[in-house]
Amino acid sequence: MAYPTAYKYTKDHEWLDVSGDRASVGITDYAQQQLGDVVYLELPHVGATLKQGQSFGTIESVKAVSELYAPVSGDVVEVNTALKDKPETVNADPHASWMIRLKMADLKEVGELLDAGQYADLVK
Amino acid sequence: MPDNMQISSNSPDRALDAVPSTLTAPLVERFQFRHIGPDADERAAMLRVVGASSIEALIDEVIPDGIRLRAPLNLPGAIGEHEFLRSLRRTASRNRMFRSFLGFGYYDCFTPSVIVRNVLENPGWYTPYTPYQAEIAQGRLEALLTFQTMVSDLTGLPVANASLLDEATAAAEAMTMLYRVQAGRISGLAAHATPQFFVADSCFPQTLEVLRSRSEPLGIELVVGDFKRAAFTDRTFGALVQTPDEAGQVHDLREFIAAAKTSGIAVAVGTDLLSLVLLTPPGEVGADIAFGNSQRFGVPLGYGGPHAAFFATRAQHVRQVPGRIVGVSVDAHGHRAYRMALQTREQHIRREKATSNICTAQALLANLAGLYAVYHGPRGLTAIARRVHAYALRLARELAGLGFQQLNDHFFDTVRFGIPGGTYTRDRIAKAALASNLNLGYRRDGTIHVALDETVNDADIAAIVTAFATGAATAPGQSAAVNSGLEADEARPPKDVPTAYPPNLSRTSPFLTHPVFNTHHSEAAMMRFIRRLERKDIGLDTSMIPLGSCTMKLNAASEMLPLTWPEFAAIHPFAPIDQAEGYQQIFRELEGMLCEVTGFAAVSLQPNSGAQGEFTGLMVIRAYQRARGEAGRDVVLIPASAHGTNPASAAMAGMRVVVVASTAEGDIDVGDLRKKAHDHQERLAALMVTYPSTHGVYEESIQQICGIVHEHGGQVYMDGANMNAQVGLTSPAAVGADLCHLNLHKTFAIPHGGGGPGMGPIAVAAHLAPFLPTHPIVTTGGERGIHAVSAAPWGSANILVISYAYVKLLGSEGMTDATRCAILNANYIKSRLESHYPVLYTRRNGRVAHELIFDLRPLKHASGAVGITESDVAKRLMDYGFHAPTVSFPVAGTLMVEPTESEPKDELDRFCDAMIAIRGEIQSVIDSEADPKDNVLRNAPHTAEAVSANEWRHPYTREQAAYPLPFVRERKVWPAVGRIDNPYGDRNLVCTCPPIGDDESGG
Repeated sequence: MAYPTAYKYTKDHEWLDVSGDRASVGITDYAQQQLGDVVYLELPHVGATLKQGQSFGTIESVKAVSELYAPVSGDVVEVNTALKDKPETVNADPHASWMIRLKMADLKEVGELLDAGQYADLVK
Repeated sequence: MPDNMQISSNSPDRALDAVPSTLTAPLVERFQFRHIGPDADERAAMLRVVGASSIEALIDEVIPDGIRLRAPLNLPGAIGEHEFLRSLRRTASRNRMFRSFLGFGYYDCFTPSVIVRNVLENPGWYTPYTPYQAEIAQGRLEALLTFQTMVSDLTGLPVANASLLDEATAAAEAMTMLYRVQAGRISGLAAHATPQFFVADSCFPQTLEVLRSRSEPLGIELVVGDFKRAAFTDRTFGALVQTPDEAGQVHDLREFIAAAKTSGIAVAVGTDLLSLVLLTPPGEVGADIAFGNSQRFGVPLGYGGPHAAFFATRAQHVRQVPGRIVGVSVDAHGHRAYRMALQTREQHIRREKATSNICTAQALLANLAGLYAVYHGPRGLTAIARRVHAYALRLARELAGLGFQQLNDHFFDTVRFGIPGGTYTRDRIAKAALASNLNLGYRRDGTIHVALDETVNDADIAAIVTAFATGAATAPGQSAAVNSGLEADEARPPKDVPTAYPPNLSRTSPFLTHPVFNTHHSEAAMMRFIRRLERKDIGLDTSMIPLGSCTMKLNAASEMLPLTWPEFAAIHPFAPIDQAEGYQQIFRELEGMLCEVTGFAAVSLQPNSGAQGEFTGLMVIRAYQRARGEAGRDVVLIPASAHGTNPASAAMAGMRVVVVASTAEGDIDVGDLRKKAHDHQERLAALMVTYPSTHGVYEESIQQICGIVHEHGGQVYMDGANMNAQVGLTSPAAVGADLCHLNLHKTFAIPHGGGGPGMGPIAVAAHLAPFLPTHPIVTTGGERGIHAVSAAPWGSANILVISYAYVKLLGSEGMTDATRCAILNANYIKSRLESHYPVLYTRRNGRVAHELIFDLRPLKHASGAVGITESDVAKRLMDYGFHAPTVSFPVAGTLMVEPTESEPKDELDRFCDAMIAIRGEIQSVIDSEADPKDNVLRNAPHTAEAVSANEWRHPYTREQAAYPLPFVRERKVWPAVGRIDNPYGDRNLVCTCPPIGDDESGG
């Protein structure tokens, strides 16, 4: 699966889709492959304030569990609660399965992230 | 003709003289040849395949010379099975079988004979492993689900786990779970504010003690007091109360729980399952957790265990539950199937972030308790509970007639009496009770409690009443003046017996309504129900279980028989110690044996699982270092390849985990270890290391590694999981460790029980001996010992008899030979399979220890986009009648095989033949001869229903599916279900018995 060139990526395998001062966050195709069948997501409440690199939830598969890390700092303005009911969507369509939307606190942080080519090299 | 044959013509005396002494010598060597699989001829054949001139030569190649023991173990010689059982009868007779009415969570009971014969004494139930391979474990998974349903019904809480180690550790697990649930509240506390946990002082003393042991390293402050006057602070995150309490008092907790909730505090309630048949369950009065001991549901007292603790909670906390949870899912055909759910909570995945370090549950005992409920059903249990209660009322009434005031306001089965004075003294009552073989609860406040149980009859009540009455008998010349101050009391008329419990504490909700509890009440039906479940499972009674790191060796019948002897089964753990001299003798001898085997100075038999042993060992290290003024030592070095319990136990002991890297060869990276030991030298508490390593290799650098840790002020803790590769050849002390635990359920022949029991005693060097764990009721442990870690002073004492038997029967030479043969068997499998599957990690000379790892990753890669995985091989082995090896531990994508010494060559050959045939099946996929998706591996296991269906659309034959090799025809084990859908089960969690009619619909 190709990594969307419009997204930014972290070394912890989250993607960030920026639009103005808002950004959606999900996990990459590589991450979902490593996890296997996703069975459960623990996501924050709207209004939570996150620092870059801070854990905002956990994702569980049948055989593994992993923390989810905020790619950038910001306030949680929206949570994809539908995903909690259908966690398997993360396996089926990882790059469309956003988990939270952030109002970013510091746009400069976006520049520190990887682009699609760099990320693809990382997981090669 | 030799002289000794000339016996016919002479006197009888001459004839006796002439019998050669070799014929009358005890049958010394026989058990060794029963326990160890390969005989001399087979060994010779295997050594040829392995390419070693002798078994000693092989051992010299396998074990580094520097750590070899130079002298044989100094243990008594082996004795034959018959001799052993005869001498054990004598030892057993030193346990005196008093009637114990001591309570404290342990009650005599009657295990229905149909359950004794078909479950407790049946290898089909006691030899299987934990049901990770669910398709061949449906029987005990269904039984465990029944246990969970029973617990859930009786406690009034929707989610129950499949058991914990004992009631006191269940209380500790409740505390730590509430700590996690309340993380938000705790993180809101000011820095340096210690979180508080309130505990009612009316809990069992052993519960309080284990809570002390577990709270302190986590920085939780225990506030112990009268719950009716509890004052919560903003630092209180949880509370724990008990009803009926330690004195038998039944409490109405509604007000207390409501007040706690108002303050945002979560509440755990210790309780008694039989009382909940009659009393309002904790779940209906707002409790977040209910826990207790299920022992009195048909599990023998066994001088402390093993028993299954139960643990239930609310649905929203399910992901925080400790221990195993059995859940419902579907198989590949859409049929209902059971499996262990939410395994990501457990230590093998989450390591130091796990919900608990506990790995062992008490599956066999949970199954006994669940089946007891199945057999009696709700009506039977109600009758039992009412009878116990009626006897308690009657005892209260009869003793009231003698002037003894019953002091519990409300009670179920336990009554407490004040001594009215006058000519009565407690000493005289106690003397009379002892003379009648009765144990009563003599309390610190001078009162006496009597805890009744389902075995009580009229004669028992009469005996108790007589003992109390005899307590008044005035000795000649008795001075009235001595008791004159109490005359007023004596003159007071006996108070009316209080109502046992008020109507608002009466249970009104139905329980055990599921058909499973309302069907199997005749013995014929029960026997068939148990057998129907048993037939679905693979145990050692069907075939070898080659699980690496689990040591699935023989659990010999002679080792198992004594467990149900009443002299071992019917002793209360807190009975006066002079009534258990048989047990005490066994403990002393066993401690001595384990010291000799480990090379250490002292042993604690208290920890009742391997993980519990790890926690105990770390706490002993901590106490030792504190005593030396080194309280700051809190860093534990743990190799990356360690068992998940190691980091989980370290976290529980309040220690910080620093991971040490492995080299490409799988050994501990000595450079990295030296660097990390140096970096943390001020804070270094210990290294936890498994030997031989979890990779199945005797690392040559082990002594150097231990030396580095010692140089930097740390202690070396050896995980005894692989002790089966050490006994008699090397030892933890010889490799340089300071202490270790021993998984008696691996090396020392205690069966795995389908997922417990286990035992994890620790052995320590002399400098750590003063810190071994104590007990609040029975004197044991070191003079500066840590708090108790288990509810009972010697853990699950009953099953210690198995390990004792193992050592006595094998002796030094037999145990050492067992170790050699375990190594031979592993190297034989390696020689037969290494050209078919790559072997990960060997010593430089190509030898492995007692287990070995096959790497399936290259085959997955080679077999195309879909890729045949280690899991496919594991499931396909079921079609050949085998349990899989350990899957993906310690390396993902691998299978780890440990044959043990007990497997004869024929069985090893069948296993190897199956693995080779499966390799051929994989090759067909690689060569595109088989369909990449629709093949024997991907569709495994194949059920009888699928193979015999009218419709068969697979590109391979039914015979290939079900009888892939000739030997399978005679040994076929039909998997009860097809491949189980694991994600479905975790996404749609159901952990109580589902309604019957859903059965076939699936999906």
